[in-house]
Amino acid sequence: MTAPLLEATGLTKWYGDRLGCRDVAFDIREGEVLAIVGESGSGKSTLLSLLSGQLVPSAGSVAYRMRDGSIRDLVSLGEAERRFLFRTDWGFVHQDAAKGLRMGVSAGGNVGERLMAVGARHYGDIRSRAEDWLERVEIDTARIDEKPTAYSGGMRQRLQIARNLVTAPRLVFMDEPTGGLDVSVQARLLDLLRRLVADMGLAVIVVTHDLAVARLLSDRIMVMRQGRVIEAGLTDRVLDDPREAYTQLLVSSILQP
Amino acid sequence: MTAPIKPAEGYAFAYLDEQTKRMIRRALFKAVAIPGHQVPFAARDMPMPYGWGTGGIQVTAAILGPADVLKVIDQGADDTTNAVSIRAFFQKTAGVAVTTRTGEATVVQTRHRIPEEPLKAGQTLVYQVPIPEPLRFLEPRETETRVMHALADYGLMHVKLYEDIATHGHIAKTYAYPVKVEGRYVMDPSPIPKFDNPKMHMNPALQLFGAGREKRIYALPPFTQVESLDFEDHPFERTKFEAPCALCGATDAYLDEVVIDDEGGRMFVCSDTDHCETRREQGHRGALLGETPNQEARP
Repeated sequence: MTAPLLEATGLTKWYGDRLGCRDVAFDIREGEVLAIVGESGSGKSTLLSLLSGQLVPSAGSVAYRMRDGSIRDLVSLGEAERRFLFRTDWGFVHQDAAKGLRMGVSAGGNVGERLMAVGARHYGDIRSRAEDWLERVEIDTARIDEKPTAYSGGMRQRLQIARNLVTAPRLVFMDEPTGGLDVSVQARLLDLLRRLVADMGLAVIVVTHDLAVARLLSDRIMVMRQGRVIEAGLTDRVLDDPREAYTQLLVSSILQP
Repeated sequence: MTAPIKPAEGYAFAYLDEQTKRMIRRALFKAVAIPGHQVPFAARDMPMPYGWGTGGIQVTAAILGPADVLKVIDQGADDTTNAVSIRAFFQKTAGVAVTTRTGEATVVQTRHRIPEEPLKAGQTLVYQVPIPEPLRFLEPRETETRVMHALADYGLMHVKLYEDIATHGHIAKTYAYPVKVEGRYVMDPSPIPKFDNPKMHMNPALQLFGAGREKRIYALPPFTQVESLDFEDHPFERTKFEAPCALCGATDAYLDEVVIDDEGGRMFVCSDTDHCETRREQGHRGALLGETPNQEARP
């Protein structure tokens, strides 16, 4: 069996004497969706930054299997390699689409940026691949030359996903991908995400405080509290039969229709 | 060409003190060693405002020797305020010979043009640069653009060109058209028209770029590969003109549009005055040149 795509061990981050997260360990393989849930301040975002190499951990390591099969510790990657991973092998979907998109650049340019960053120099090809991706995320291709400022919140989020997936990454980080969207738009987006994840065999690490998102999207779940993982396991198992008192509280706090 | 004269009393040769010139030369060496890379330097206050070519003047002052022959052009013209003032400045402080003939000059300081007459080995072209950073309007953070240059992370530059084609159907940038130097650094060639871009490629002359306000120097050594950025299916195209020069009939020169009356009349004339005058002396005549032979004596 091949090594996991990404494997975290003993991941710890201190901000001075304040704890970010502590002793986090897990692994993820292609085709798997891992949800990280927990309330605000529980260390979810810190963990995501550590995993994506944007923060240097105080202790622990993140091993990543590169496309050539070699295993590298993300901390030891140079800035150039890290950026290259971000452009090719990784995606990062932000909660706020304005952070993940170039708001002054047309939708086509947003999707094409990654292609151009890895050397695509044929305008027609770039454009047709951008059109293809807009279709896959259910955006009308007639709006390819509009800027994301003219798009609705749900469309922006879908555009952000297209922009990230155009280089066929293997691992996608998502930070509250459905935050701030109304419920029907959320449902459509989750549906789309599920389909794309299954089609492309993506590994996804999704951070959310919305247990409904975790249940619909993820195979496995990690519950964080005060910087530690207090419970982890299959999503259905954890949500149907929570063991920790805090998880029970989280699950019972969902409004039942 | 005028003969060298005795420089004015009380000034260091070419105005700048020797230590400053050494500092600028060190920056120039580094710039020549890494073609297209922007080298920071401690630009001095000059006796004229930023934007008047203080970067180019400091570079010229640092490389000028008593035996040099200086030509200064402003948008191709030798006779506009900027060109006349800078030429007079170096005549006064360095006493060097000055000329308007491209072929006679050893140092040509230019604002936004490359002379039409091909430059030769041994000549130096000094550009005045307002904004040296080609990524400035795409990425405002200087810390970030420096990293992008260091990692050759230039995808963003093509996003700009992509946007042009998506909006206008072609690459609409006509001046300060970005180039890639020796397949490595993306460089702003200063606001020269894109018509002049191909002249930078494999040019036998040394090309130096000085930005005074921004405190940056960069360079193209002789015979450097300079490639204008483009797409495979939207290749770089030189500006073309429909009419020849109205005075000298040149069809291969960069032309200025000049309004000649208040009824919409206009003429197109060479922007390079030396080139235009030389051609007229050789007997070339444009449509609007009068019947009298060109008798104007050259200074």
